[in-house]
Amino acid sequence: MSTEASTMERKGTVSAKSNMQQRYPLIILGIALLTVPFWLPLLGGYTDLASRVLIFALAAMGLNLLLGFTGGLSFGHAAYFGLGSYGTGLMLANYTHSTLLSILVGTVVGGVAATLLGPIAVRRRGIYFSMITIAIGQMFYFIAVRWNSFTGGEDGLTGFSRQPIHLPGYTIDLHSTNYYYLVLICFAGGAWLLWTILNSPLGHLFVAIRENQKRLTFLGIRVDLYIAISFAISGFVVALAGSLDALLDNFTSPDNLRYTLSGNLLIICVLGGMRNFWGPLVGAFIFVLVQDYVSSITQNWMTVIGLIFILSVIFFPLGVMGFFRKRSRA
Amino acid sequence: MSLLTLQNVSRRFGAVTALNNISLSVEPGELRAVIGPNGAGKTTLFNLISGFFPPSDGSIVFDGEPITAVNPSVLVKKGIIRTFQITEIFLDLTVYENIRVAVEVAMGVSLRPWVSTATRAKVNSRVEELMEIVKISHKADKVAGEMSHGDQRVVEVGIALSRHPKLLMLDEPTAGMGDEETNHMTGLIRSLNKDQKITILFIEHDMSIVFGVADRITVLDNGTMLAEGNAREIADNPRVQAAYLGQAA
Repeated sequence: MSTEASTMERKGTVSAKSNMQQRYPLIILGIALLTVPFWLPLLGGYTDLASRVLIFALAAMGLNLLLGFTGGLSFGHAAYFGLGSYGTGLMLANYTHSTLLSILVGTVVGGVAATLLGPIAVRRRGIYFSMITIAIGQMFYFIAVRWNSFTGGEDGLTGFSRQPIHLPGYTIDLHSTNYYYLVLICFAGGAWLLWTILNSPLGHLFVAIRENQKRLTFLGIRVDLYIAISFAISGFVVALAGSLDALLDNFTSPDNLRYTLSGNLLIICVLGGMRNFWGPLVGAFIFVLVQDYVSSITQNWMTVIGLIFILSVIFFPLGVMGFFRKRSRA
Repeated sequence: MSLLTLQNVSRRFGAVTALNNISLSVEPGELRAVIGPNGAGKTTLFNLISGFFPPSDGSIVFDGEPITAVNPSVLVKKGIIRTFQITEIFLDLTVYENIRVAVEVAMGVSLRPWVSTATRAKVNSRVEELMEIVKISHKADKVAGEMSHGDQRVVEVGIALSRHPKLLMLDEPTAGMGDEETNHMTGLIRSLNKDQKITILFIEHDMSIVFGVADRITVLDNGTMLAEGNAREIADNPRVQAAYLGQAA
């Protein structure tokens, strides 16, 4: 009797209830994001700042599929972010006037690179995995620095700007506000993709890898293959964010490929809570805002970020979202 | 035909011989215990059968096919499923989620990045069925890492069952359990064997459990096979008595 009741609960009532509980914050988040261009200036912000939050949130959420949900600590995801940036920038500078096509190309370039290079890194675990990812990442950094004629070298890549989107009988000029909405669409698409995957058998398996690889091996699973898949998907999402980042400033530099960016993405995940789906969004919000505000006062803004990071790891080891989760459960 | 046959199997680690010239066979439907003092080679035997490492000598045949030096993921598909001395489950997931992953793996849908309603329903009913079989349904939403050792072992058995084992190998299923948990586990082992018709090979330290549960018993000592037989034969065997009493004294 009691068994039956609990079974019923799990299938019906509880999941319906938790659906509603999950939906309300999501609706509020959606409305808040849709109306950013209207209320942000009132708070003294500017629309590009919101675009940057979403771009870094998207990148961190992509990384977090591998980091928080599959348990792979990659120190080299800047490579795929930067390849997205350069792919998009070079397309617009040299080959096309289509903004959407160049975003697509940037995403594919970064994503395919992750798909091809992930299998090398997943041959090792733990710190060796991280070291391989960092080495692969730095390789692209140095290529970008050295290949002056193509990438613009250390000065970065200029000479491109986002072009209006032409629809049949209609042209959308990508000024700050419209570009924000393009970023928001990409962010929503990326978030939907990740959410769908995490709620699929594939996503369940990713989380199981994080929890216990030995158990899976003895269920007949080739763990390496699945980590590589997680690596690839995460690479595509990060590359999409990188593409959008290049178009935000109409500029990209080797910094977009550098390990410091990989580190920043990790900080964003940990800060917001890497076990939580929306954690990286919260982390990106804090990170980008602090960066924007503090860097207007001092050049040493990283010191402040570092301090916040240390405090958060000590006091909220599960990140901001993890902290609130625990609070609300207790 | 025997389900599992080992012929003159040995395993050496450098100069140490962990198992020496073991031959044994397990019949379909059997409930077989492997006992022996610490260091007798019981877990080594399990590791060889489940493909953790290959034997140094000898051959292993399962279900009519040679499986010497075949790797674990292939053996799993052939129906050899094992648990470990140290419980290997997904600690941060609930009982339901633990078994769900295993069921999805067994159904071969783990590569799917989406899930249809039909698949979800099929997975769900199989998970419910397995939780029912191992009698853990009432704790379905408990996080595995927060449960007792005994319950975690039961979850592990549930995971193992998801793959429809022909041969279920349990490495010390009752180790570290209290009386009540031990009773639950031995009852479960018996019902898996009698009701679900699963051939079971299990390692056990506690002689009283072995005598109460197993059809046949294999006794290992110091890497060699000391005796094999039913509970009566083993209890009366002077060499077994010497090995165990000698150890106790």
